[in-house]
Amino acid sequence: MSFKDSKITHSELVKKLDLRNKKSFFGDNFFKALVIGASLYTLLMVALVLFALSEGSIPIFLEEGINFITGTNWNAVEGRESFGALPYIIGTLVSSAIAMVIAVPISVGIAIFITEMIPKKLGTVLSFVVELLAAVPSIIYGLWALFVFRFWIRDYIEEPLHNSFGDYISIFARAPFGLDVFTAGIVLAIMIIPIITAVSREVIKAIPHSQKEAAYALGATRWEMVKTAILPSSKTGLMGASFLGLGRAIGETMLVTLIIGNAIGMAAIPTSLFSQSQTLSSIIANEFNEASNDLHLSALIGLGLVLFIITVFINIMAIFIISKVSKSYSNLRE
Amino acid sequence: MVNLKSYRILGVSLLALSLLVPVYVNSANAQQVTINGAGATFPFPLIDTWRVEYQKVNPDASINYASIGSGGGIKQFTEKTVDFGATDAPLSPTEFEKAGNPVHIPETIGSVVLAYNLPEVTTPLKLTGPVIADIFLGKVTTWNDPRIQELNPDVTLPAEDIISAHRSDGSGTTFVFTDYLSKVSQEWNDAIGVGKSVQWPSGLGAPGNEGVAASIQGSPYSIGYVELAYALTTGMKYASIQNQDGNFIAPSINSTMAAVSAAAPTLPEGSQPWNNVTITDAPGPDSYPISSFSYLLLYKELSTNPSMNEQKANALVEFVEWAVTDGQQFAEPLGYVPLPQSVIDINEQTLRSLTFSGNPILTN
Amino acid sequence: MNKDNSSNKKNKYKSIIQETIARNSSKRKMKNNLITILLCSFVIIAIIPLSSILIEVFKNGVGALSFDFLFQPPGSIGSQGGGIGPAIQGTLLVVGFATLIGAPVGILAGVFLSEYSSSSRIFAYFLRLFNDVLTGIPSIVIGIAGYITIVLTLGSFSILAGAFVLSIIMIPIVARVSEETLKLVPNTLREAAYGLGLPKWKVVWHIVIKGSKSGILTGIVLAISRIAGETAPLIMTILGTSLFFGGFNSPVDALPLRIWRLASQPYPSAHEQGWGAALLLILLVLSLSIALRMIAQKRSITFKTTT
Repeated sequence: MSFKDSKITHSELVKKLDLRNKKSFFGDNFFKALVIGASLYTLLMVALVLFALSEGSIPIFLEEGINFITGTNWNAVEGRESFGALPYIIGTLVSSAIAMVIAVPISVGIAIFITEMIPKKLGTVLSFVVELLAAVPSIIYGLWALFVFRFWIRDYIEEPLHNSFGDYISIFARAPFGLDVFTAGIVLAIMIIPIITAVSREVIKAIPHSQKEAAYALGATRWEMVKTAILPSSKTGLMGASFLGLGRAIGETMLVTLIIGNAIGMAAIPTSLFSQSQTLSSIIANEFNEASNDLHLSALIGLGLVLFIITVFINIMAIFIISKVSKSYSNLRE
Repeated sequence: MVNLKSYRILGVSLLALSLLVPVYVNSANAQQVTINGAGATFPFPLIDTWRVEYQKVNPDASINYASIGSGGGIKQFTEKTVDFGATDAPLSPTEFEKAGNPVHIPETIGSVVLAYNLPEVTTPLKLTGPVIADIFLGKVTTWNDPRIQELNPDVTLPAEDIISAHRSDGSGTTFVFTDYLSKVSQEWNDAIGVGKSVQWPSGLGAPGNEGVAASIQGSPYSIGYVELAYALTTGMKYASIQNQDGNFIAPSINSTMAAVSAAAPTLPEGSQPWNNVTITDAPGPDSYPISSFSYLLLYKELSTNPSMNEQKANALVEFVEWAVTDGQQFAEPLGYVPLPQSVIDINEQTLRSLTFSGNPILTN
Repeated sequence: MNKDNSSNKKNKYKSIIQETIARNSSKRKMKNNLITILLCSFVIIAIIPLSSILIEVFKNGVGALSFDFLFQPPGSIGSQGGGIGPAIQGTLLVVGFATLIGAPVGILAGVFLSEYSSSSRIFAYFLRLFNDVLTGIPSIVIGIAGYITIVLTLGSFSILAGAFVLSIIMIPIVARVSEETLKLVPNTLREAAYGLGLPKWKVVWHIVIKGSKSGILTGIVLAISRIAGETAPLIMTILGTSLFFGGFNSPVDALPLRIWRLASQPYPSAHEQGWGAALLLILLVLSLSIALRMIAQKRSITFKTTT
């Protein structure tokens, strides 16, 4: 558009620009509405889950009150209904605790190994392999654990422990046959290792080079450098990574239903490492499709609500920890 | 790079479309009707055989049955998400009312057996009701407990802990089993009671008859309750149980039939409540003590289910009529007891009373 | 004299220090090597289950594969025949429909976080937070919500309910990856487009989104491989069936669901079919993951060469 040649006046030009603004005004607002709509939809989904769970739990909370959280009954027999979530909360905590005790050291160790102790190319390959562990669907973990791994654990870990220590230490007292909270904990650990490893790697990579170089300059070996320069400042970040893994372990369902033994009520509180147990998610999966009793169904939804609150709480903690850590790193960076 | 991706997307959509082709070819045939049912795992082997055999009788009707447990069957039937339900536990008065007073149609009779996994023991074990109750209560904990030993004096029982297996889902098989235990053990009746889901004091839980059978198979020194067909088809050992008359009876077609006729129940009409019908702990010298009917649930007025239309209603009722008459020939090979004529007569009467929009469905 | 003494002392100290360093450094080196070996064994511990799973699935499942297996419906319980055709079809359909819902919503949410967040910082903050929270919600809980909102309302188990819950799982994954990819587009490109007089929506659509196609695709493929393996939310939304797709308000089957049901049966033929289905599922998921990696690597190279 050349203004000099065409005999267009200033006002006509303004009009032309106005026209174009009108068209793009429409397109812009439509697109913006689409984008905001999608964002609202996402928020709506979270609200929907919370709302559905809350509405469905009202009957059981009206009936049992706080006893729903502290009670240990799980009786669906008509006329004797009573439901309490405590055994499953304990089962969830115990299986996740076992998983964390195993997974966190291994994951942090792998993360350190991959980022600091081997050449970069090999590190990329190894991290890819570990990530493949995360890609395997949990039902296949369950299948493998049920038909293969559980016998391996029973024969090479549980039986020796039971035979050697069963008489002295109560947590090894039960006769093991592979389907128990211990096996569940071990397989959960394998499932969450890739998650904790991936985030730990990011945390460790974010440590400024100056710290590492300073340690090397003082004559540290690789491990000493890690111990002095990386671990102290990444502790919070690694904690955040562990929390993410914990959240995943707590929410895992299919794998657990196949190998934890599916005990009910009081019997689900594990008294030994080799006890059968039950987690919040596994009992929902087992009983949801057939709870014809209204109160029973509401109790299961109530368990879902408890599970929801626990996982959201842990995830938010993890998010805050990790964001605090990345902020402190940007302060450290030169 | 872009080309590769578009080819992949194209390939996947072609694959998806190609799998839809058999569906569209099928649904092009307007006569095709699919009937959805869900419920008990107890009769599942039989219903699944019916699914395959009825296709030969009436190629236009497809039966789809989801074996999710009696509790699930009752629930889905009440929610009207399926066309018929199946349960071994008759509806309780509360469930009956909530479901809108459906009809019960016994479609087969089966027995619950105590299957066990004892690698060293080859002769069938003998057990009594009270001992079984105490095993599942967690009071009898080892196989060589004197109470088991005295019932089986000629057998060397291992000194291993007993692992008891039970259902983790809502199960009519559990209902039948606990119904029996409540009759023979006062302690069981007080502590646990009868139900599709009960508060098991110990033991391993698995979903479905299939799951319990798999658990027993996979865990030496375990014992659990499963429907006879599952024990027969997997080759598991099962116990002979002492009946009311004092005889140790092994579960079989004959002993279950004896239980059905000895209990001589005055069966209600199809549309009445069936919650008092029970043939466990039946009298008679040859009766097997843990036997049970298994029921199909249908609405008396089929249009109560909004997704039902006349074509579907006809297909459903015709299928059920076939199942309780011609279909009974498939029962015995699978270990189920064919319905006695008296029960078939009651069923026919019930089926004739079914209507769609007020019109009776069976007209011959 | 003093000077001699002090330099002698210095030399003495020097030699003591050197000796100590020499002694300690071998101890330290040994410690370093031991720990390296320990950590290396951790890696091996993590890899052993993976290879065991892959080997077992392949070993047990390959025998079940056949034309019948892939295309036929299941036969009678416990029988040798039949296949898992409906499950394969069901997975493709449910995942496909879930993607149709979840991918656009996720991408647009990511666009908001990347391009429009300045218009309302608080909203963007909460969106990002809730997005991350949504990623962490157990899928069974989402399944319950889906059952209550869709199955009970429509009155039947259906592919719609299944697609709905899977799309909820998908959205936060796609949104997160899209946001990060879109942010990588250099501002200079945006400014150039504005300078040419393009309206905002055209800038976002033609320049930013089209420029991050591979990154966004990475996010979608990542989400697909995640939801293809989900079982728990499907139990209470599609129920599972032995028939092929029969309509939008009938139950359908899916691979993970079928695996679960087959694994719970006591029949060896069922177990073999279960392993076969697992093999198919793992092939699907792993090939998606590997393709993902290749796209991601190619993408990082592309971006390095432009700006």
